[in-house]
Amino acid sequence: MSTELVALEHTLVAEITTAADLKALEEVRISALGKKGRVPELMAQLGKLPPEEKKAFGQAVNGLRDRVTTSLETRKTALSAGALLEKLKAERVDVTLPVRAGGGHDGRIHPVSQVWDEVIEIFADMGFSIAEGPDIETDDLNFTKLNIPEEHPARQEHDTFYMRSQPGSTDAPLVLRTHTSPVQIRTMLAQKPPIRIIAPGRVYRLDSDATHTPMFHQIEGLVIDKATHLGHLKWTLTEFAKAFFEVDDVKMRFRASHFPFTEPSMEVDIGAEAIGKPGKWLEILGSGMVHPNVIRNCGLDPDVYQGFAFGMGIDRIAMLKYGIPDLRAMFAGDLRWLWHYGFSALDMPSLAGGLSS
Amino acid sequence: MKFTLSWLKDHLDTQAPLDLIVSTLSSIGLEVEDVRNPAAKLKGFVIARVLKAEPHPNADKLRVCQIDAGSGTLQVVCGAPNARTGLIGVFAPEGTYIPGTNFTLGKATIRGVASNGMLCSERELELSQEHDGIIDLPADMEKHLGKSYTEVMGLDDPVIEIKVTPNRPDALAIRGVARDLAACGLGSLKKEDTGHAKPGDFDCPVAIDLKFPKGAENACPAFAGCYVKGVTNGSSPAWLQQRLKAIGLRPISALVDITNYITFDRGRPLHVFDADKLKGAVHARLGKAGERFMALDGKEYAVDDTMTVIADDNGVLGLGGIIGGEATGCSENTTNVLIESAYFDPIRTAATGRKTGIRSDARYRFERGIDPASLPLGIGLATKMILDLCGGTPSKMRMAGEAPFAGHVIKFRPSRVAALTGLDVPAADCVRILKSLGFGIEGSGETLQAAVPSWRPDVGGEADLVEEVIRITGIDKVPDTALPRLSGVSRPVMTEAQKRVRRTRRVLASRGLVEAITWSFITKPQAVQFGGGGEDLEVANPISSEMSDMRPSLLPGLLAALQRNLDRGYGDHGLFEVGQAYRGVKPEDQFALASGVRVGLARASGSGRHWDGKSSAAGTFDAKADVGGVVAAFGLDVNKIQLTRDAPAWFHPGRSGVVRLGPKVLIAQFGELHPDALKSLGINSPVSAFEVFLDAIPAQKKRPTRAKPALDATDLQSVRRDFAFVLDRDAAAADVVKAAEGVDRKLIAAVSVFDLFEGGSLGEGKKSLAIEVTLQPKDKALTAEEIDALAVKLVAQVKKATGGEVRG
Repeated sequence: MSTELVALEHTLVAEITTAADLKALEEVRISALGKKGRVPELMAQLGKLPPEEKKAFGQAVNGLRDRVTTSLETRKTALSAGALLEKLKAERVDVTLPVRAGGGHDGRIHPVSQVWDEVIEIFADMGFSIAEGPDIETDDLNFTKLNIPEEHPARQEHDTFYMRSQPGSTDAPLVLRTHTSPVQIRTMLAQKPPIRIIAPGRVYRLDSDATHTPMFHQIEGLVIDKATHLGHLKWTLTEFAKAFFEVDDVKMRFRASHFPFTEPSMEVDIGAEAIGKPGKWLEILGSGMVHPNVIRNCGLDPDVYQGFAFGMGIDRIAMLKYGIPDLRAMFAGDLRWLWHYGFSALDMPSLAGGLSS
Repeated sequence: MKFTLSWLKDHLDTQAPLDLIVSTLSSIGLEVEDVRNPAAKLKGFVIARVLKAEPHPNADKLRVCQIDAGSGTLQVVCGAPNARTGLIGVFAPEGTYIPGTNFTLGKATIRGVASNGMLCSERELELSQEHDGIIDLPADMEKHLGKSYTEVMGLDDPVIEIKVTPNRPDALAIRGVARDLAACGLGSLKKEDTGHAKPGDFDCPVAIDLKFPKGAENACPAFAGCYVKGVTNGSSPAWLQQRLKAIGLRPISALVDITNYITFDRGRPLHVFDADKLKGAVHARLGKAGERFMALDGKEYAVDDTMTVIADDNGVLGLGGIIGGEATGCSENTTNVLIESAYFDPIRTAATGRKTGIRSDARYRFERGIDPASLPLGIGLATKMILDLCGGTPSKMRMAGEAPFAGHVIKFRPSRVAALTGLDVPAADCVRILKSLGFGIEGSGETLQAAVPSWRPDVGGEADLVEEVIRITGIDKVPDTALPRLSGVSRPVMTEAQKRVRRTRRVLASRGLVEAITWSFITKPQAVQFGGGGEDLEVANPISSEMSDMRPSLLPGLLAALQRNLDRGYGDHGLFEVGQAYRGVKPEDQFALASGVRVGLARASGSGRHWDGKSSAAGTFDAKADVGGVVAAFGLDVNKIQLTRDAPAWFHPGRSGVVRLGPKVLIAQFGELHPDALKSLGINSPVSAFEVFLDAIPAQKKRPTRAKPALDATDLQSVRRDFAFVLDRDAAAADVVKAAEGVDRKLIAAVSVFDLFEGGSLGEGKKSLAIEVTLQPKDKALTAEEIDALAVKLVAQVKKATGGEVRG
C-alpha cells in the first residue's frame, strides 16, 4: 500500500477519535466518505493507474474505506451513549418527594363493623345463618314472648326506651328493643326447627354513664332442634372464644345465673390471658337453654324441641380484643379515634387468612 | 346483698375456707361482687382507757390525756369533746395507718404538748361517718385494755357482697345462702331457730283486718300480728350493732334493729308499731286518693288507690311492704308494741315502689316475693329477740287472711338433666341436691314428684329443677360437646342485604371515608329538617332532647361528628355510616342507608393539600363518585342510570342529583348540602354528601353457573375521534353522550367526556363540551369515508338532541 494511503488512514482515524460530538463526527464522515470526500477522491485516481496496479489499489482503498466506516460507527455509538446519558441526567427528579397513598389508606372500617364481620365469619363456619329484626319492637316480642311478663322485675332492669303511644291506641307502647333476643322469637315463629342462627344488631337501654351508652350492639345466638344441650353450648362458646381471640386455648368459666328466657342460665367469663392480662376473669356473655315457656310461646312443644341461646355485646368483645378503653368513644365519630382503632378496607377477616392481619 | 362470714356460719356449719365459699357462690349463681375484711386495714388499733383528761395549757378545745393502752401510761392530745377521764376508747399508737384520713401517725407535738398517738373516731376507722366524738366503749371493755380492737369487736370478719338475680328472693336471706352452700357440700345447714314458741297468755289486744275490694284481695292476703307489752327500747347490744354496721346498716334502736336483722337473716321483713299510738284496728287496704302520710325516711308521700297501705282509724300508717310511718314508729319511750308480719303482692309492691321512688330493704324483698309461709316465723323470731333485748310479755299471735302458698308439686324426670345439659347426673344425686335445697321428693322410677318449697317462687317447671341440679352440681362438670357440622365445607350464610351492607362499608372505606357509628336517635329539629320528625317516631322517654327522635337520615349524626372534628382542627375529612333509619315504626319502615359526608380537600384520591396536582375541595362530583362506587359494586353504572335534579331540601338545589330506577325507585341522592341545613347544625364550611338507599338496589340476577360469557374481542384496530360542542350552560352532558352513543350502537364502543370549558370567549351562558368517541369495527376496517359519514351524523344528532353546535 502506498504511503499516501497509510498517511490518510492515520489522519482520518485521528480525526474520528478526536471528534468531540456527533456533529463533529458527521463532518469527519462527510470529509472522508462524502461524495467529494477524501476516500472517494482516491478512488477517482483508479482510472489513471496502469491495469496491473488497479486491482491492488482498489482493494487497498476499499479496505481503507471499510476500516474508516467501522471507526466512524464505533465512535458514533460511544458519542450517542454519552449524549443520552447527559440527556437522562438532565431529566432527573427528586424521588424523595412523598406520594399519595390513595383513599384506601385514609379510609377506615369501624371496629364494631370489623368485629361484626369476624364474628359472622366464625359462626358461619359452625353453620349459623344470620337473622335480623327491627330496632322498634313490640312489647310482646321484646318481653312477653321471652317469658318476661309485665311487672316482672326483669323488665325494670332493662331500662327500656318506649316509643310515643299513638292517640287512641290501646296497644302496649312499642319499645326500642333492649336486646337482640326478640329475633329468637321472630325466627322461631317464621321457620321450623332445626334452627341455627346468629342475630347481630343495635339495642337500646335507658342508661348512660362511663360504662353504658343508650345504644350498643349485641349478637344473639340460637340453636333449636331435638338434641342440642348445654354441653353443645359450652363447646360452641369455647370454640368461638378461641377463634375470636385468636388463641390456641382459652380459659372459660361458666357460672349459673338467671335470665327469664333461659333455664338453666349461665354467665360466661373468659380468662383474661386471652387478651394478655393473666389472672383476671372477664364476663363476656349470658346464655342458657331456651326456656320451655319461650319455646311454647313460639308454638313449639318443649318436650320435643330444645336448644340454647346466647347474647353478647359486640362493642364489649371488640373493646376486650382490641384494647379499646372507653365504650362511649365508639359512637363519637372522633377521627383520631377512628384512625387509631379502625381497620383498613382490605382487612377482610377470614378463617383461612386469620381474622385480624 | 351483704353478709359477714361469721353471720353465715350462724346457719352453716362449715370448715370451708373463704376462697372456696366465694368461688362456690359465684359458680352457683350467687355472684360475689366484693369480699372485704374491714380488719385488714385496722391493724394496730388497741383498746385503751383514759386515766386522766386535763385541759390543754395552750388550747381551749384540746385535752391532754394520760392513757393506759395495756403497756404503761402514754400521753395523747385529743380534740374530741367527749374525751374524759375514765373513757374506754380506741387508741392508735404512733406508726399506725389511719384509713379514714389516709395517713400514718407520726410523733407529734400539738401546741407545745407531746402526743404519742391518737384516740380515734369511727370515721377515722372507716366504720361509719360518726365523727362527733371519739369511740366511747362500754365500761365492761376495760378487761380488754391493750388488745386489738378488731379482734375484741369481732371485726375480723370478712364481708361478702353477692349479686342476687331477681328470681332468687330466698337468697336475700343469709339462711338461704347457707342452704345453697350446704347443698353444694360446703358444710351442713344448722337447725333452724324459729324463735319464741310458747303462745302468749293473752289475746292480741289490737284488732287486725284486711279490707280489700273484690278482686284486689291478693294485694295483702295475710297479715299476722303479735302484741308485746312492757318492753324497754334502747340501743341494741354491740354484737347486733356490729353485724348491722358490717353490712352497711345504721343501728337505730333495739326494736328497729331487730326487724332489720331478721330481714337479712331470714329474708323476712317485719314492722314494729308503737302500739300505744295506734287507734282502732290495724288493717291493710288500698289507699285513697288524697291520703298522705309521713314516712320513716322523713318524707311525706301521697298514696293512691293502686297502693296497699297499712292504716288504722287515724288513717294511713305506712305503705305495705315498703315503708312504715313516723307517727306510729317506735321511740325510746315505747313500752307496748305490735309486731307486723304480712305478705304483700310482689307486683303491686313493685309498682308502688316505682311510683314513690322509695328504695327499702323490705320493698326489695317483697317485690321479688318473700316466703309466704314465713308469717308465723317472723312473729316468732321477732318476739324472741324483743323478749331477749327489750323484755316484755307477748300476746298470742293474731292473723287475718291466709298465706297464698299453694304448695305446688311438679313432675321431675331425672333423665331430663342429661337431655338438657349433656351431663348424666344419677337420679340419686338429683334427689339429694333437690332435698338439700328444701324440695320434697316423692315417688320412684322415671318420673318423680317434687314439692316446691315455699321460699322458691321461681321454680315452676321441670326445667327449673334441672337448673337447680346443674347449678349445684357445677356447670363446669358438663362436658363440652361438638355441635354437629351441617355440611362438609361451610355454606355461605349471608343474605343479599347483609352482603350488600358489608360490601358497601368496604367500598366506602377504600374511597378514603372513615366509618363512624352514630346514634339512632337525633334531635327533633334535625329529624324534621332531614325529612322526618313524625310523632310516631318520638321516643316517649328520651335520655335527653338530643336523642328524642328516631332518625330519618344518617346525615345529622354524621354532620354533628364532622363538626366536632372540624372544631378539633381536622379540616379535610370524610365520614360515612352504613346503618338503619326509620320511616315509621313498623319493621318494614326501617331501611338501610349508606351515607357519607366530605369536607375540605377530602377526595377519594387522597386528603389534604399535595404537591402533585391541584388541591381542590371535594364537592358534588366526589359525592356522585361515592354513589357510583357503591352502586357499581351491585352492577349499576352511575353514569348510565337515570338522574333527576329533585333532591330533597337539605341539598343544594343547583348542585345535587337523584339516582333513580324509574319514577318510583329511589337509589341515591347526592350533592352539596344546602347552606341552611348546614347552618342549622352549626357548620359553616361547604359539605358534600350522599345517601344510598341500599334496600332499593335491585338484587342481581341469579346465574345458573359461575361461567363468564366468552370474551368478544377483535383484532381490528379501534378508531378514536374527538368532537367539541358549544352548548347552552344548562344543557346536560349526559344528553350529549346519549345522543352520540345512539348514532350507531354497534360501532360506537364508548363515548367519554374529556373536556369542559365555560364562559370566556364562548360568552355568557355557554359552555364547550369535548367528547372522545371510540369506534370499534367488528368485521372489517373502517374507511375514511365511513368515518366521515358517521361524524357528520353524530354532529347532527347531538345538535338535534341538545342544540349544541360543533366547535370549529
